[in-house]
Amino acid sequence: MTLSRLFHDTLSMLKGMKVTILYLTRPSRVVTQQYPENRETLKFPERFRGQVVMPHDEKGEHTCTACTLCEKACPNGTISILTTKNIASKRVLGEFIYRFSTCTLCNLCIEACPFDAIRMGHGFEMAAYKRDELDYVLNKKEGR
Amino acid sequence: MSESMPQGPIQPAPISAAPAVSRTGAPDAVKKSGSLPPGFTLRDVRPDGSHEYFLNMGPQHPSTHGVLKLVVRLDGETVLETVPHLGFIHRAIEKMGENETFIQYMHLTDRMDYLSSHINNLCVCLAIEKAMNIGVPERGEYIRVIVCELQRIQSHLLWWGAFGMDMGAVSAFLYGFIEREKITQLFEELCGARLTMNYFRPGGSNADLPEGFIGKVKTLCEEMKFSLDEFDVLVSQNPIIRERTVGVGLLSKERAISNGCTGPVARASGVNYDVRRNDGYSIYDRFQFDVPLGANGDSFDRYRVRMDEMRQSVRILEQAAAGIPEGQYRSKEKPNYKVPAGSYFAAVETARGLYGTYLVSDNSFKPYRVKSRSPGFSNLSAIDEITRGGKIADLVTVLSTLDLIIPDIDR
Repeated sequence: MTLSRLFHDTLSMLKGMKVTILYLTRPSRVVTQQYPENRETLKFPERFRGQVVMPHDEKGEHTCTACTLCEKACPNGTISILTTKNIASKRVLGEFIYRFSTCTLCNLCIEACPFDAIRMGHGFEMAAYKRDELDYVLNKKEGR
Repeated sequence: MSESMPQGPIQPAPISAAPAVSRTGAPDAVKKSGSLPPGFTLRDVRPDGSHEYFLNMGPQHPSTHGVLKLVVRLDGETVLETVPHLGFIHRAIEKMGENETFIQYMHLTDRMDYLSSHINNLCVCLAIEKAMNIGVPERGEYIRVIVCELQRIQSHLLWWGAFGMDMGAVSAFLYGFIEREKITQLFEELCGARLTMNYFRPGGSNADLPEGFIGKVKTLCEEMKFSLDEFDVLVSQNPIIRERTVGVGLLSKERAISNGCTGPVARASGVNYDVRRNDGYSIYDRFQFDVPLGANGDSFDRYRVRMDEMRQSVRILEQAAAGIPEGQYRSKEKPNYKVPAGSYFAAVETARGLYGTYLVSDNSFKPYRVKSRSPGFSNLSAIDEITRGGKIADLVTVLSTLDLIIPDIDR
C-alpha cells in the first residue's frame, strides 16, 4: 500500500516537473517584456484608456465649445471648464482644466463629448512629486 | 513640581502601569475584563503551564491578499477561533453612489470585486434595465456573455496562481499569469482597461467588439483547454497539494447555506445553485453548460469546482463565439437615465458567487439608496467554522480556497 503510493506520488511529481521543464524549453511561451528598455516599441491598443488629451489640428485649433457636458458627466469633479468671452462677446472655452490626480479613467467624459474634442491618450507614466503637478490645462489656446 | 502635574504633552507611561503580563498566563487585564466578546477572552492557564494565545494575522499578511485582519486564538498550532476584522479598505461606495448618477455609480462597482468588474457592471445595468424596461439587442447579449465568461476565467486563473503561491508553488503563480495576460490583453483591446473596465451600459455596452475579437476568443479557448490540462498535471495531481487540501477545511452543506455562502464555495459543499442557471439572466439559458459540484466541501473540492468552472466557461465561450450574430450592440442610448420611483434588484453570478445590486430610486437621476450584496462578505463569514480545530498552516490554504477579494468585503 505504502509502496504503491510512494510510486504513484513520485510519478505525479515527475509529471509536474515535466510541465515545468516544457515551459522552460518552449520559447514561444516566454511573454516577459523588458520594460523600460522596450519603451520605444511598446504598442497600445487603439482604445487604451490613458490620460485625457485634447487633440489639436495642424492650425492649433481644437473643437471644444465649452458645453460642459464632460464636466457634468465626470463622477469625480476632475474636469473644470473655465469659460471666457471672445471678441464678439460669445461664450468660448478659456481653460480646460484636467486634474489627473482625481481621474479614475472611466471614459464617461469621452462618451459625453458630442464634438470629439477630447479623447483618451496613451500616456501612462505619470509619476510626479506633488499633487498639483498633475493638474493640466488641456487646450493650447482659447476657443473661437 | 507636584506628581499629578503633567510634565509635557508627550510622556511615556511608566513601565509599572502597563497591564501585568506574565510568561505563564494571559494578560490579567484580558482575563478579568468581562466586557470583551468571547473571541477576545483566553481561558485560564493549564496545570502544565501551557496557555492559549492570540495571533494577529494581517492586515499586512501576504496570504490574506489584501488588508484583512484575522485574529486567531491558538492553542499551540491548533486554531480555536478565527475572528475576521473588516473595514481597512472601506470606501463607502454605496454612500458615494447616492451622490452620483446611475451611470456614474457603475464605475465604482469596478472597484469592489476588481477581478469581476465586468460582471459587477452588468449587475447594475440589469437593475437599471429592469427599472426602465430597456431591451438589449441580440448581439449585445452575446457580447455580455462572452465578456463575462472571459472575466470568470481570468479571475479563476489569478486565483489558481495565488493558490499555488500560498501552497509554495511559485511557478504556478507565473503560469497562471501567463494565461491570464492573454485575456487581459483582450480586455485592453475591447475597452481600453485591464482591471477597472466600465464597459457595459444599460441596453448593451459602450462599444462594439474590436476587429478580430471573436477569432482571438476562439484561439484562446483552444489554448485554455491545453493549459488547463497542464495545470491539472502540475497542481491538481501533486501529492503535496492533495495532502494539504483533501479533507482539510470542511464546510457542510447546511452550514454553507446558513452562512449565506454562494458561488464555488457553496457548490463545493454540494449546494446546487448557480445564478446563471437557476435565476437566469442575459441569455445563459441558451447555452449548454454544467454546474460543477463538490461532494465533501473540503479545500480540494473548492479547488476542483473552480477548475471545472473554467472548463465550463470555455464551453460557453465556444458556443457563444460560434453563434454571435451581426447587428446592433446597443439599444438606443438615452441622454440620461431617470429611473422611475421604486426599488429594483438584480443578481448575477460573479467568479465568487452571487452579486446583487439593490437600487432605490425616487424618480431622479441619482439613486436614493444603493446596496450591494457582495459574495466575498458572506463567504468570509464561514471562515471560523471552517478553520476551527485545524492547524494554523491550514488557515492559509483555506483562506486561499475561499478566494476572498477584500475590497469586495469592505466595499
